[in-house]
This record gives sequence, structure tokens and C-alpha cells, in this order.
Amino acid sequence: MSTVTAQPTPDSGGLAPDTAVTPTRGAGARKLPIALGVLTALLAGILLRSSHAGDTTFQLAAESDFVTLPDIVVPSGPTAWVMVVICLALTAEAVRRMLAHLRQPGWIPIAFAIAWMTGFLSWAAADGRIRLVSLLGGAVALAIPLVFGALGGVLGERAGVVNIAIEGQLLLGAFAAAITASSTGSPWAGLVAAAVAGALVALILGLFAITYFVDQVIVGVVLNVLVVGLTNFMFRQVLTPNAETLNSPERLRAFPIPILGDIPLIGPILFRQTPLVYVLYAVVALVAYALYRTRWGLRVRAVGEHPKAADTVGIKVNRTRYRTILLAGAIAGLGGAYFSLVSVAGFNREMTGGAGYIALAAVIFGKWDPIRATLAALLFGFATNLQGVLSAIGSPVPSQFMLMLPYLVTIFAVAGLVGRSRPPAADGVPYRQQ
Amino acid sequence: MSDKDQPTPESEKNPDSPVVTDEPATDAPEVDPHDARGERSRSLLREITSGDALAGVLAVFLAIFVGSVMIAAIDEGVHETAGYLTARPSDFFAAVWEAISGAYSAMFRGAVFNYNLTEPAQQWRPLTETLKFAGPLILGGLGVGLAFRASLFNIGGRGQMLVAGGAAGWVGFQLDLPLVVHLPLAVLVGMAAGALWGGLAGLLKARTGAHEVIVTIMLNYVGYYLLFWALTKEWLLKTPGSVNPKSPPMKDSAVLPDVLGEQFNLHFGFVLALIAVGVAWWLLNRSTLGYRIRAVGQNPHAARASGINVGRTYTVVMMIAGSLLGLAGVNQVLGTVPSGVSLDLDAGIGFDAITVALLGRSRPLGILAAGLLFGAFKAGGFTMQASENISVDLVLVVQSLIVLFLAAPPLVRAIFRLPAQEAK
Repeated sequence: MSTVTAQPTPDSGGLAPDTAVTPTRGAGARKLPIALGVLTALLAGILLRSSHAGDTTFQLAAESDFVTLPDIVVPSGPTAWVMVVICLALTAEAVRRMLAHLRQPGWIPIAFAIAWMTGFLSWAAADGRIRLVSLLGGAVALAIPLVFGALGGVLGERAGVVNIAIEGQLLLGAFAAAITASSTGSPWAGLVAAAVAGALVALILGLFAITYFVDQVIVGVVLNVLVVGLTNFMFRQVLTPNAETLNSPERLRAFPIPILGDIPLIGPILFRQTPLVYVLYAVVALVAYALYRTRWGLRVRAVGEHPKAADTVGIKVNRTRYRTILLAGAIAGLGGAYFSLVSVAGFNREMTGGAGYIALAAVIFGKWDPIRATLAALLFGFATNLQGVLSAIGSPVPSQFMLMLPYLVTIFAVAGLVGRSRPPAADGVPYRQQ
Repeated sequence: MSDKDQPTPESEKNPDSPVVTDEPATDAPEVDPHDARGERSRSLLREITSGDALAGVLAVFLAIFVGSVMIAAIDEGVHETAGYLTARPSDFFAAVWEAISGAYSAMFRGAVFNYNLTEPAQQWRPLTETLKFAGPLILGGLGVGLAFRASLFNIGGRGQMLVAGGAAGWVGFQLDLPLVVHLPLAVLVGMAAGALWGGLAGLLKARTGAHEVIVTIMLNYVGYYLLFWALTKEWLLKTPGSVNPKSPPMKDSAVLPDVLGEQFNLHFGFVLALIAVGVAWWLLNRSTLGYRIRAVGQNPHAARASGINVGRTYTVVMMIAGSLLGLAGVNQVLGTVPSGVSLDLDAGIGFDAITVALLGRSRPLGILAAGLLFGAFKAGGFTMQASENISVDLVLVVQSLIVLFLAAPPLVRAIFRLPAQEAK
């Protein structure tokens, strides 16, 4: 047992909701209609307060398209109001289903989100031009480290190890990628080094959390501080004096995929990215498949839900946990390469800027599921990019509030306002073999 | 698996509550007061003999050793002599010694006593710098530690400090009041803002079960962007006519006064920290609320069964924790850096506070000692950076290593090949 006398989370360990306080019984069925209603009213309120005249242009085509899609020019005010009406209709449908005690299908919130966003954008960009390709493509690019980090987080937590150290894995990954890519001259070697660095942080996490039963949240937080200290120290003492040889990596360039990249709209958004993005697609698919469809995945989930039962049927609990978090660390570390090889060329102090914590938010918002966590990370990437686009066209919404959005959404998510998030049962609980 | 970490029979019987704290019996709420004194000395004796204290000392030693390796590894003299290591090893070891002793003596000169100067006041000036840096660390450590005692993990120190600093700063330069009203008002408003930010996490945990680790991390960023936004509005914190996200300087009537006169930077914030240590000690060990906090921290189910409102305790303890971290933020804005509120006013203290609380084992007096130690590290680190050109970030590494090693005594024992701790 650790000497840390105060054990945070003595009850269930990890990040599970506390059962000692009785959660208020939120009527789950009522949440969606209420949320949709509030959002519709909000949009209508924005439009009533300040209506812009003029046209909004939605540009669908990128510069070098095979088939060039025409621009869509719509009158700003009326379009926004049409979208309000569509939102109202969708809200009414949700209310009808609630009253009839029917299940709320997934297409309602998705359609609502698209209509709401269209209405909001045509209001915000009156007399302006929205470049859909750069809006969505930029979102994908910004989401790269978040998705890698979130996948690493999901894997670790499904095996029962809470990983607050995602931030540290990203940062050390970025650091290792910059040094290795500079000294070998190959960004690919940088990617490998980033993965190794992430796994290294995971190994330390495992040593303390799995072997020595130290509280996992504490180890994670302290590891983040350790990595910040270590990389800052090395940056000042080693990288800055030798910037040409150690901190000037070749950047990963965008590599359009021949045929897929020529599909209108989708091609430029998804398939004219850097190779790291294509690695990402593969990793998402692999993790989602492996976790749910393979024997390995079943074992990982068993170890995270009920380690004792897993042990009883002969699964080596702690060995499985070690392997899983090493893999998870490697994945998260890869995401770190985005900062020093894709976003800019070179490492800088604390350059991850809290992306690891957003990735952690995506894990929870995505309910510990690889696909949902990926979507959550993409959503957070979109929010960040939207903020940039809106401040470029001079939107009236303060950019700080847009940047706040992912964090607020996560608070709502853990507070149970956006569906219930339930972590794996043994998340954060060290396993002692008996 | 080592057999010393076997769960107690109790937790075997009831797998739902795997809470096995090795808290000494003195802190258990059901101890008979007549027996407490004898029990305390006995447990202290046990702690020393069983080697926990030894493991603690060794943990600090190990962390400093790793720091020394890092210092030697980046030293030019060591690099040169390593080239002919086999020919003249004595040169190499002399260079290593020079690098390490140079760094640590610079730290000592920066943190305690500067023997290179002649005037006594100047010689002891570093010690006052240590106290200045220790003040907010102690306050923050108390905030995190108090929450630990209710088994809540407050990672929201940064957000609580930022929000509190912003609020206190607003009072500090927007209002015109006499000193006796202005300063206390600014301090109280800052504490209230911190209490609000911390209490929010407690309230959400109490009402919805939302985990405070997640909520406080997220509130850090919400608080950051809120302060950022406030720094762009003139009616809040923006300096008119400036594009920098920084507020005007504080009015003189709202600045914490110097304690030892003009020549030292030590201000009243350190005195506030000492008062807070006393209040926190009384609160935890002598008050009903402290009893509730400890009871909830040890077992929330048992606490609820015995009639304690667990949710309300969570909210209250997070409010107090938030107000203490808020005071740390106030200490920065009105004391250490009164030239204006900025986005980096927390100076990493929100996270340092976690290591202070862990090193101080969540006890007010322990936190006082840990805060002084890390304050000395900080003060000495800056001198080391200036005179030996070794990055102050080394301190961060040593600090986090101390906490890591301290948290895992079996690891330290294994490294030093000490016998495993006896089962109690």
C-alpha cells in the first residue's frame, strides 16, 4: 500500500461516479427534447437580437478539384430562419417520441446538429464566405493528437488503468519525434521514436500503478509534471544550443491519396492530409476491431471489468494490463509527433498545451468506446477550428467561449446531462493476486 | 506479488470497499481520547522502526541523485573529461564533483544563506525569498491536502487560482478605497471566487456523482479562458489602450504590505499562509466539520450510515479548498506580482500544490514543511539557473521524483535492497 495516506477515490477507484452520494434521478428520456428545445431557442434568440442582412457563401470546392462543385450562395437571414424551423420540427419529433415512450433514434441529434450549425454559420458569416473544406479538413488535422490520445486513454481504461498521463505521453512523444527526426533526417524514424517515448511513460505508469499499487490518478498527474520538467530541462540545456542538429526536423508533408483524394468534398477533407492521418485511420479501425472482435480484446475488457473473474479463468491480469497500457502509450505517443512534425517543425516548451486533458475529456465523453471517443475528439477538433474560422471572419462570439466549449461539454457529460457515462467497473483499481 | 500488500481480512469479506488506508490509528475518528496520546507515540515509533521514515529519506536522496546525474550529464567539463575517461578517470570524477557541488551550492546560496556576500542582511536575503515562494505553495498545498482528507482529489488548483486572482485583481485596481477596507475586501473577494470555483466541483459531485478529478481538470481550462476573456474587456480587467492580456497594476491600498521592510520581497502573504496552517490544523483535528471530513474520507458509506451528509461535506470541503487555493492566487496578484493580473499568474503553483500536499501527507504541519522545502527548491533553482546555467526546470524533475518514490516505499526498498516491511 502506498504511503499516500489520503486515498482519493477510495470507493470505486478511478473515475467512476461516486455511489456514496445518491445521484439525482435524471429522467434520461427527457434530456434530448429539453436540450434540443434550449438550443433552438438559443439560435432563434441570437437571430432576433442581431439580424445580419446579406448573403452567405458556402464554398464546397478546394483549389485543385477534379470535379469542381459550385459555390452555394444563400441569403443569410432567411436561411438561418429556415434552419430554425427545421430545428423546431426535429425538436417536435423528439417530444412526440418522448410522449409515446419510443426510443430516440440517433439521426435526430445528428440532423439537428447539422441544421443548427448551418443556421449558425449562415448568420455568423453574413456577407462572408465559409470554406467547408478548410473548416472540416482543419478540424480533422487539429483532432489528430486528440484522437491518438483518446484511443490510448480508452485502451488503458478498458484494461482498468486510469491514464491521466496522456498529456505527458503526448509531450514526450513530441520531444522524441523532434530529436530523432532531426538527427536521423527521417520523419518516419521520428514517428517510431514518438511511439517508443509514449510507451516509456506508460511503463513508468505501470510500474507504479500496477506493480506498486500507487493511486493511478496521482501517478498520472505527477508523471505529467515530471515530463514537463524533463522536456523543459532538455530543451533549454540540449536542444536550444544544438538547434540545427537536434531540433530542426523535416516536416511531414501532406500526401494526397491518388483516387480517394479526388472525390469532391470528402476527398480534400479526409484524403489530402499528412501520412500521420492515414496512420490514424488504420489505428482507429484496428483498435475498434481488436477490442470488440478478438480474443485479445475480450481479455482486455474482462481485466478491466472484473479482474478477479478474469484471473479465475487463467488470464494473467497484471501482464495483460501491462501489455495494454504499453500499446496505449505507444498510440498516445504517436499523437505527440503531430506537434513537432506536422503542426510546426521542431519541439518547444510545453507545446502540447493541455491537449492530453482534452483527449481525456474525449475518452469520457466518448463513453470509453474507441469509435465514440474518436468522434468526440473530432468534435473537439471542430470546435477549436471553428473558433479560428469565426475569429478570422469577425464573428460576434468571443473566441474564448468557443475554446471553452470542449471542457464545458465534458463537465455536462460527467454530470450526466448528456447521457450517462459509465467507466469500466475495475477502472483505477489495482489488482492484487491472492 | 509481495505478501506484505495482502488486503486485510475486512476488505476480503467486503470487496465493495477496497479501502485500505495505512493511516496511523491516531487519525481514526473512533479513537478514545484518553488513549490517543499513548497511541500516537506508539504509532510514531512503529513508523520509524518499520522503516517508513527511512524510505522517505531515501526517496528524497534518490530523487536528488537522479537530479545530480542530470546535472553531470549536461555539463561541458564532464563531457570533455569523459573523452579520456580511461586515461585519467580522476579528471572525470573531479569534473562531475565540480558540476554537482557547484549546482547544489548555488541552490543553497539562493535558498538559505549567501556566503559570498558580506552584509548580514544581504546574506540572509535568500531565506526571505524562500519564504516568499513557500507562501503560496503552503496555501495551495493546504487546499489540495484538505480535499485529500475527504478523499477528494483537487486538480483544479490552477483554475481556482486564476479565477481568484482575476477577482481580487479587479477589486485591487478598479475600486478606490482606504487601505483598511480595500486590502481585506480584495483578499476576501478572491477567496470567495476560489471557493465558488472549487465548490462547483464539490456540488456537482454531491448532486450528480460527477468525478471531481474530471470536473476540476475541465474547470482549470474554463477558468483560464474566462480570465482570458475578462482580460479583453475594459470594464473587467483590460488595460485601456493595450493589446497585451494584462491588467493595470494594483492600487497601493490593495497591495499586501512588506513584512521585513523595503529591502526584502517577503510580503504579508506568508503570514496569511502561517495563519491558514493554524486554521486548517484546528479545522481538521478539533472541529466537528473536520471530524466529518475525515469520516467521509475514510469511508463515505459508513459516514452516511452514521448520519453525516456526505454530499454537503463534499461541497463544503471543496469550497474551503478552493478558497485556500484562491488565497494562493490572491497572494500572487496582490503580493508577489502586483504589476497586474496576467494569464500565467498561477506560475505552476496549482500543480506544485499537489506535490506539496502529497509530500506533506495531507497534514497541515507536514504541508508547512513540504511547502518550505519546495519554496527553497524554487528560490535556489532560480539562482542555480542564473549562476550555473542549469535550467530551473531541474527542480520540477526532482520534486516530482520525490513524490513518486515517496508513494512507493516498496520500490525504494527494492532499489536499496532493504528488507521488506513487516506485515502489521
